Formats: sequence, structure tokens, C-alpha cells
Amino acid sequence: MSILVNDQTRVLVQGITGREGEFHTRQMLQYGTKVVSGVTPGRGGKDVAGVPVFDTVAEAVEKTRPNCSIIFVPAPFAADAIRESVANQISLVITITEGVPVHDMIPLYHYVRDHGVRLIGPNCPGLISPGTAKVGIMPAHIHRPGSVGVVSRSGTLTYEVVAALTARGYGQSSAVGIGGDPIVGTSFVDALELFQNDPQTRAIVLIGEIGGDAEELAAQFIKAHVTKPVVGFIAGRTAPPGRRMGHAGAIISGSSGTASEKMAALRAAGVEVLDSPDRVGEVLASMNVARDE
Amino acid sequence: MNLHEYQAKEFLRREGVPIPSGEVASTPAEAAAIAQKIGRPVVVKAQVLTGGRGKAGGVKLAQTPAEAEAVASKILGMDIRGHLVRKVLVTDAAAIAREIYLGAIVDRSTRSVVLMVSAEGGVEIEEVARTAPEKIMRISIDPYLGFSDYQGREIGFALGLDARQVRVFSQIARALVNTLVTNDASLLEINPLVVTPSGELLGLDAKMVIDDNALYRHSEFEALRDVEAEDPIERRAREEGITYIKLDGTVGCVVNGAGLAMATMDVIKLHGAEPANFLDIGGGARSERVAAALSLILSDAKVKAVLFNIFGGITRCDEVARGIVSALDSLGGAKVPIVVRLAGVNEAEGREILKQANIVAVSSMSEAAQAVVVAASGNAEEGRR
Repeated sequence: MSILVNDQTRVLVQGITGREGEFHTRQMLQYGTKVVSGVTPGRGGKDVAGVPVFDTVAEAVEKTRPNCSIIFVPAPFAADAIRESVANQISLVITITEGVPVHDMIPLYHYVRDHGVRLIGPNCPGLISPGTAKVGIMPAHIHRPGSVGVVSRSGTLTYEVVAALTARGYGQSSAVGIGGDPIVGTSFVDALELFQNDPQTRAIVLIGEIGGDAEELAAQFIKAHVTKPVVGFIAGRTAPPGRRMGHAGAIISGSSGTASEKMAALRAAGVEVLDSPDRVGEVLASMNVARDE
Repeated sequence: MNLHEYQAKEFLRREGVPIPSGEVASTPAEAAAIAQKIGRPVVVKAQVLTGGRGKAGGVKLAQTPAEAEAVASKILGMDIRGHLVRKVLVTDAAAIAREIYLGAIVDRSTRSVVLMVSAEGGVEIEEVARTAPEKIMRISIDPYLGFSDYQGREIGFALGLDARQVRVFSQIARALVNTLVTNDASLLEINPLVVTPSGELLGLDAKMVIDDNALYRHSEFEALRDVEAEDPIERRAREEGITYIKLDGTVGCVVNGAGLAMATMDVIKLHGAEPANFLDIGGGARSERVAAALSLILSDAKVKAVLFNIFGGITRCDEVARGIVSALDSLGGAKVPIVVRLAGVNEAEGREILKQANIVAVSSMSEAAQAVVVAASGNAEEGRR
């Protein structure tokens, strides 16, 4: 098992003929992901690497029955693309697009929840269940099938942690990037709940950063509901207040959203907090979490 | 993007919020002319993108145009928390009976716009949140239906305003939410919103932060950007498409990805040095952008050593290596030691390119951080000798 994606996942790529969409469609196919169709308005009837392209999601759904969509369309059109997937009953929508205005996300967040859809992102690397499906842009070769669940607000920092896990013999059940924006569809708490209920996952790594209170809420949830060992890392201990650190959501407002209060909250919930992300394997070993080999 | 007080007030005025009359001046003579036009006592206020202007002496009352000129000549050119005052707002001085805080924010916890109101106006809301959180009212705005007048009435009556004032207050609250949403602002504050002795409501100060992600649909904001207030290196970076934030340390860093860039700064600190900057070259950066990043960092005289921390994914290690080599060629070699960490896609090709240029790449982040901290302190020693 794994979370959210597996060998039953049938992927629709929105924005499949764009530079990123096309490149990552090929990468996902190469990994063995079932990419069944793509959508680019006005490009219906073409194909990308053998994947049929449709003008609308409605048509792609009717002809190819996807159960998941991944969105690469540019930021000004991302909100519309998400709505199109939701309106066509796709239950898992992964939005890679960076730069979606926060006022687009406010009504959308509630809209997807009201329709029972799971949205991942925006501004995220997507997710991978190693060995079965990759629905995202992460470099596949650093992952191994295994038992550690990884959830993160960041992209490359997740790769750093995954590579360090793999190097130490810890594979991953699933690795999910929830996105670096202030409002994202899936929170740490949602992902923790999925990992806690996934029998394949034996330990969880949570990678947070400054800004907002998602890590504090995660800490409360861990204390109350998570029985599996959790290791955490918070990026941005040296970040100055009031500055947006690359990610739209990574900002210390006044004195709230600091790394130190997040680290303290996680520690109080029994999470082992790393001082350096590449030490994740050593720390799991010190907690007596068994390796996957 | 942060707007100046006078810019934020203009948006509010257009939506019907009562704001005292006033104009912006860049010289003392202009300040006097505006005061003359207003024809009553004025307040001269420094326009800088930072808080604490009052305490720093950047806000002064003037009874006459001559006094306004004298006060403006003191405030213009003043340094407030590292911000040079280039403009002052000269505005009608209002009499104050009471001060209220009224703000609208994008609230991350409820994923909605939230109105924040406090009877303790005139002080920073964060200060109130710390000392007397029970005094702050928070009202969620429905994500589909928006603001409703009953919400304004509930707050207005809770503040103890009379029926006539409550009507005006409700209109102001509605205008605040509308201004926030239509301009893609993530924060908009009127602080203080005052009640005058004759019972009128007036917005005396305002703060507005625009969501950078939405700038593409507001071309009018580009003209409002105060480029002179930006750090010159940060401005160059923005024009190159690089996210750069200047800090005070000695170790420059070039990283792909915001989370990894923050983590790199943290690990530099962990090994005993201070980062000189945050820098994210973005996904899929080509060699030209890498070269631009390196030359940006080297233009900061405090930098004693540079760390490249690259985890290749969309960004390819060979592109980064080519960028480093070409930047060093065009700069005629590095004046400071450079440590390169490459991992991920096309790592071997990248290492080979660097090797040809006599640069050794390391493969772990901690190892790289240790090496760059040693290099920076060695270089600083040499500088002292």
C-alpha cells in the first residue's frame, strides 16, 4: 500500500502540450505511471508520446476514464483548470503550477472540499509512491520502495531528504509535496492522517518551513492521533521577519510563524527534530526504525 | 509588494472610505504649498515601507505652512530603520476622540478573508495580539458570498458606536474587504480608524500588501513600486528572475529551490557562520542565470566565500557547472573561495566540467557547509592581516 496514488491511478495531464507538461508526461510514462490522456484547449486530436490529447476535460474523462489529474497550466489559468477537473468528477487533483494568486485559492479551497475532491498543491512537486506511480516532477531515481512516508512544503528540500533516506537504506511508501503557498488543498494534518492509516508506512518524515501555523496544527494532530515515529525538519531558522523567502507562504509575520516555535511545538508532540536535513537516516536509525533492506 | 501609506489611502478613498485630504511632497517647498492649500493645521508623515515612523520622529504636527516646510525639511532625508525618507505625506490634522483598529487579511488557518477589529487602535495589532488577545474580534468573510452588512453591524455595536456611526462603520468594513479582494491584497489595515469629537469616522493611517502572485493582472501596480526603496542588488535580482534577499553574513549561497535555500542558510549557521543572503535560482535555471546569480552575490563586499548547493531535478547539474565556469571566466576568476555541492540529475557531467576548471565539487550538504565556513573564516583572517 501507499497513499493517494498506486498502480490503479489513471492520470490526466492538464497542459500536456506545454514545455513542462510534455517533458514530465514522458518522465511519468517512463516511470510506469498510467498516463491515459492530456488536455490542451485547441490541441484535441494530437498526441504527446502516444498519449491522446483532448480539448476539454469532459471529453478526456468520457474517452479515457482518468481518476487523477495533474495540472501544469500557467498560473493565470490554474484556477479554471482545477474547477474543470472538479466539475468532471476527478477525485484527486495535483497542481504543480507556481504563482496562483491567493484570492483565487480562497473560494477554490472551499469549492474542492465541498465536492469531496482532494487537491494537492498548488506550487508543489506532486507525489510519488515509489515502484508504482509517480504523479509529479520529482527526480525518480532517488526514490526506493519502502516504509517511510514523507510530507513536505518544499520541492528540492524533499529530494534532499529522500536521497538521504535512500542512501541509508530507508525506502519510501509515498512522498508528497503539499506546496509552498499560503493556501494549499492538502495540509500536513491530512497527509499525516493518510500515513497513520497506511499499513505500509512505518515512520513519517515531516518537512516544514517558516510561515503560517500548519506545523503547529500538525504537532497537535501527532500528539493526539499518530502512533508511528515522526522525524521533522523546519527550514528558515535564519530567515529574517517580514520577508517572503521564495515560497509565497514562507514569511514570518511579526513574531508568528517562526522556525523556533514550530520546532518547539513538534518536539512537545514527541517528534525528533533534525538540525540538518541530511541527517534524517541516522536519526531514524537512532529511533530503532528498521531499514528496508 | 508593500505599498506606501499614501498609496493605500488612495485605494481606500476610491472605495468611499473617509480619508483626510492630503498630498505627497518630495521637497519642503512642496510641503508648504500643500499645507497652504489645506489651510488648516497639518501632519507631515514620512513615507517609508517600515513601521515605527512615529517613534523615530518621522511624523510631526505643523500649525502653519511655514512650520510644515520646516518640519518636512527635517523629515526628508531622515533614516528610519535603514529606510531613507524621500517623500512625506502632508495631510489634514484630525482631532481624535477615540482610535479603532480595522484590518482585513488573508487568513491561512480558515482559508478565508478575515476582518480583525480592536478597540485598541493606534498600536500595532501584533502588540495587542500579544498583550490582550481577547480585545481582538475576528470575523470570517464567506468565500462564496462575501461580506454582509450584519457583520459590520455586529462589530460596530460591539465597539459601542451609535446607530449612525454603525452604518458608516459597516460601509467602511465593506469597502475594506472589497479593496482587499479587487486589488489582490493579502493585508489591508486602517490603523487608526478614528472617531472625531464631532462623531465622524476617519481613516488616519493605512497599510497595504499586494500578493506578488497576482501582480500579472494589475499592471497599474508596477508604477506604484518604489524602486528607490529597494536594495540595489535585490532589484537587479528581481529583474533577472532570481529570488534574492540580502542578509548580514559573510557566506554567499546559490541554491535551487526556496526550501533548500532556507535549509542551506540554516546549515551554514549550524556550522558557525552567518549566511550573506537567500538566493533561489528557480527551477530549470540555465547557465546564464547561474552566472548572473554568482555575479550578484560577489557584488556584496561582505561576502568572504560562496556555496553552491544544487539538488538537480528540473535544474541540471551540468547547466549549473557551465554557469559557474562562465561567470568566473567573465569576472577574471573568483576573488573569494567557492565551494560547490552537486547532487542529482547530470551530477557526473557537472563535476567533470568543474574539474576542467579546477573546482572540486562535494556531494553532501553538511560537508559543503563545513568547507565553506572554513573557507570564509580563513578568507576573513587573511583580510585582517
